[in-house]
Amino acid sequence: MDKGKAVMGTGRRWAVEFSDQSTVPSSRDILDPPGFSRASQEQDDSANSRQKKDAEATWKLQKAWEVAQSPFKNLMMMGFMMWMAGNTVHLFSIGITFSALWQPISALQSVGKIFEPFKDNKVELLMPKLVFLALNLGGLALGVWKLNTLGLLPTHASDWVSSLPPPQEVEHSGGGFVFH
Amino acid sequence: MAIRVFLTLLLFLSSAILSFSLYEDQAGLTDWHQRYIGKVKHAVFHTQKTGRKRVIVSTEENVVASLDLRHGEIFWRHVLGTKDAIDGVGIALGKYVITLSSEGSTLRAWNLPDGQMVWETSLHSAQHSKSLLSVPINLKVDKDYPIIVFGGGYLHAVSAIDGEVLWKKDFTAEGFEVQRVLQPPGSSIIYVLGFINFSEAVVYQIDSKSGEVVAEKSMMFPGGFSGEISSVSSDKVVVLDSTRSILVTIGFIDGDISFQKTPISDLVEDSGKAEILSALLSNMLAVKVNKRTLFVKVGGEGKLEVVDSLSDETAMSDSLPVADDQEAFASVHHEGSKIHLMVKLVNELDNVLLRETIQMDQHRGRVHKVFMNNYIRTDRSNGFRALIVMEDHSLLLLQQGAIVWSREEGLASVTDVTTAELPLGKDGVSVAKVEHTLFEWLKGHVLKLKGSLLLASPEDVVAIQELRVKSSGKNKLTRDHNGFRKLILALTRPGKLFALHTGDGRIVWSMLLKSPSNSQACERPNGISLYQWQVPHHHAMDENPSVLVVGKCGSDSSAPGVLSFVDVYTGKEISSSDIGHSVVQVMPLPFTDSTEQRLHLIADTVGHVHLYPKTSEALSIFQREFQNVYWYTVEADDGIIRGHVMKGSCSSETADEYCFTTRELWTVVFPSESEKIISTLTRKPNEVVHTQAKVNSDQDLLYKYVSRNLLFVATVSPKGAGEIGSVTPEESSLVVYLIDTITGRILHRLSHQGCQGPVHAVFSENWVVYHYFNLRAHKYEVTVVEIYDQSRAENKNVWKLILGKHNLTAPITSYSRPEVFTKSQSYFFAQSVKTIAVTSTAKGITSKQLLIGTIGDQILALDKRFVDPRRTLNPSQAEKEEGIIPLTDTLPIIPQAYITHSHKVEGLRGIVTAPSKLESTTHVFAYGVDLFYTRLAPSKTYDSLTDDFSYALLLITIVALVAAIYITWVLSEKKELSEKWR
Repeated sequence: MDKGKAVMGTGRRWAVEFSDQSTVPSSRDILDPPGFSRASQEQDDSANSRQKKDAEATWKLQKAWEVAQSPFKNLMMMGFMMWMAGNTVHLFSIGITFSALWQPISALQSVGKIFEPFKDNKVELLMPKLVFLALNLGGLALGVWKLNTLGLLPTHASDWVSSLPPPQEVEHSGGGFVFH
Repeated sequence: MAIRVFLTLLLFLSSAILSFSLYEDQAGLTDWHQRYIGKVKHAVFHTQKTGRKRVIVSTEENVVASLDLRHGEIFWRHVLGTKDAIDGVGIALGKYVITLSSEGSTLRAWNLPDGQMVWETSLHSAQHSKSLLSVPINLKVDKDYPIIVFGGGYLHAVSAIDGEVLWKKDFTAEGFEVQRVLQPPGSSIIYVLGFINFSEAVVYQIDSKSGEVVAEKSMMFPGGFSGEISSVSSDKVVVLDSTRSILVTIGFIDGDISFQKTPISDLVEDSGKAEILSALLSNMLAVKVNKRTLFVKVGGEGKLEVVDSLSDETAMSDSLPVADDQEAFASVHHEGSKIHLMVKLVNELDNVLLRETIQMDQHRGRVHKVFMNNYIRTDRSNGFRALIVMEDHSLLLLQQGAIVWSREEGLASVTDVTTAELPLGKDGVSVAKVEHTLFEWLKGHVLKLKGSLLLASPEDVVAIQELRVKSSGKNKLTRDHNGFRKLILALTRPGKLFALHTGDGRIVWSMLLKSPSNSQACERPNGISLYQWQVPHHHAMDENPSVLVVGKCGSDSSAPGVLSFVDVYTGKEISSSDIGHSVVQVMPLPFTDSTEQRLHLIADTVGHVHLYPKTSEALSIFQREFQNVYWYTVEADDGIIRGHVMKGSCSSETADEYCFTTRELWTVVFPSESEKIISTLTRKPNEVVHTQAKVNSDQDLLYKYVSRNLLFVATVSPKGAGEIGSVTPEESSLVVYLIDTITGRILHRLSHQGCQGPVHAVFSENWVVYHYFNLRAHKYEVTVVEIYDQSRAENKNVWKLILGKHNLTAPITSYSRPEVFTKSQSYFFAQSVKTIAVTSTAKGITSKQLLIGTIGDQILALDKRFVDPRRTLNPSQAEKEEGIIPLTDTLPIIPQAYITHSHKVEGLRGIVTAPSKLESTTHVFAYGVDLFYTRLAPSKTYDSLTDDFSYALLLITIVALVAAIYITWVLSEKKELSEKWR
């Protein structure tokens, strides 16, 4: 995920301009070398650009799939770390659990932004998005499950009863030994 | 969820700490210990020219002590057992203190300077009788005169050197009771005067060396004697006859007995029942007739003649030889707020050697006893000092017209204790004060930092210790944020109420109960119990809190009661009333009126119940709850517990609309041939319970049966009611009951075969812990019983609970037939116990500790987790995490868990706990002959930083971190700049 973001998000650093604007005759002050046919090159141009656009679309789709699948690696790592952390409440396990909850949530919030670079009317992004969502939801579920195994979810009756004060009594009594 | 996290963290914290303990330098920071001796009975002065001047006293709390005459401090002190009452005290050979105790059957000698026991002799005793100790006053130390002791029908002569019984004489057959033993100085013959059945006077002349009776004379007196006797000279005593109207002078010169009768009416006109003040005056007699004290001179032939009379109530001392064969005595009488001390010569009553007038605190009452001592001033004249015992049991030394020192000995007999808040502090502190404290604060913290970094010099350590003791204004007379500063109100047996500060234990105020009507019948009511009358918190904040002192005029149960309302802040009596009916029981109700006055019901002997305060508002509140108020009585002698319900107003009999009749509702009768009630107990009415559920490690729920209307009753078989070991295991059994006091239903019954009392128990939340003796195992045992509610157990559906569809907080009634089940477990306990209490905190969240007052007069704090019926031999991992301790047969006694650390609360009788505002902390006050106070945190102070916390270290760390951040930032900026320039 991070890799894709880094490449796609920051945009291009450099580019080679194949379509040379210097073909305008008025600006041309240097003659073409002998044997160089400019016409054949200009003829190729339209086919070339179509081909180029197709390549870009497939590349974008490929990248999108890569990004969509990236949470899986994360998931595996989280699972391993949770297993390492154990089931008792202490600083380490709580930290891991909360990061396991936080990462999917933040990823889900920015799902549109992540897939923005791959936006293209020729690219079908629905499937990668769905996979991305599913994997992140899986991560979230893992976090919640971990929270539950730590006993931090109020899923037992005891969690709801503990805060209840003892009931009032209707009758009152007093007494005891007689004062001497 | 937050609660869950909190509880889990709490559990984690509490399981980390197994026992309470403190470091050596923390002793005395929060705790204090005060030593007392009780009301003085006898006093013997020891004022030699060399050495420290001291007075040896014996008291009604069975204490023998040596006090410093200059400051009143205790040099040494021994507290004898509760059944070992001291009958006499004397000094023998100039170096031993001799005490006779246990009705004349135990004679002990203590070394005078340091109080070490030198010898102890058990004397043979056959019957109950008056006991008498006669220590010879010999000025020559080389000659060993025996100590003559009478007690239990035997006359013993005991050597003062080693306590060996030289001879003994059996008087049990004749029923002879020795009244006086006279040892004329320089003679080996002793005269023993006694009565047989109070009708025949007998004089024995006994050789003090061999115990042989040299001569015996007896004479019948037809009228019979009363027990009062006064010896006026070496050969004469004066007694009262049985009608108390005739004084009889008995002379026994050379063994011949002669009687001479003088009717009191011959001496004074207004005759009446006379009383001999038991003072030892030479040739003089003090008789009290009709509240007048007569001084009667005894002439050579036994002729009586009144020489002086005092109209006021007067206390007198024994006479004391002063120079030139003269004897003097001291008398003290009251006049308004002053007392007059007079020392007169016995032979010339007009010759007043000393007349002093001393202003006396009204709250000390009357003078009860006077002990006089003389000394030679630098100008060779006689000086006198007097030790006086007041009505409130305080002990004062008077010398040269001033009170040299005083001891509040009433605090040795505390009967009831409650706590009260201090007044709120004023806001706004002056700037100068802040600056001063800021500097002090910084200095203190630098010192503390030094201490924690192990840089402190020995002087610094002392300074740190001083600072800690003084720190945080723990002795201020205002309320603090944590609720650590409080007043302990202690009611004492003489009817004096003391307010002690929890910071250092000083007396903030004291007040002696007064009779409201000043009637003759009830001069001074004795205090019974103490109740919180008004604790303003929500409304009525501007009112001062007050307590109710219930007292009684006289000792029998039908004596009229007295109520006294005392302002807690000032110690002044707001009002007091003679309620005109007897007080059998007092029952604080859980209702308060608009001024936060708590409603109280007082039951009398006729079965009526009276409502207080007597206001119409209180009446309307009570009428609303009329049907729901019950009371019960425990008649231990008959083995019956009766429950009563309110019936109606008793306006048919009296016009009092605050009086109500009751109707008997139920009785529980224990079979008298097999069971005898020895102990009953209920929960403390003001205890706070946080939750009704108990959660197991597997998230299973148990509902506690938390009810205030539950009575714990322990019975033993009548044979086993005596001393431990007096019966065989087959003969004795112990049965405990849990009885609902509304319906009389027995909820639980548990029988211990082969066990015996005494039972000491503590009842809190849903559990009872009790301590008894197991005759089969020859060990003490502790049993815990936890009570759970089965009828609420089906409330386990989470969704119903989330949606609030449950009846767990609905008010419950005892008539709904509670289904309870109990869990119990027993353990051996290595110590004998005097009393058990339990810690109480503000919200009831903190785990509890049992406070066990051991036979050694110390207090042991034992975690409740040790007495948990869920303990098993091999707890699972989850149970271990929960804090369940593996089961052992004996409860551990961890030496560090003694909260009294190096102190002993001599004669420990009770332990009182009260919550502070901080949930983790509880006040503990223990009383007996001594007083002890400390603060406890059963789960450690999880909600506050400890006193040792070094704020300076924290501050320095923060400053250092900020500085480090700044420096690294500057460095990184520089580096970046140089990078760019490259």
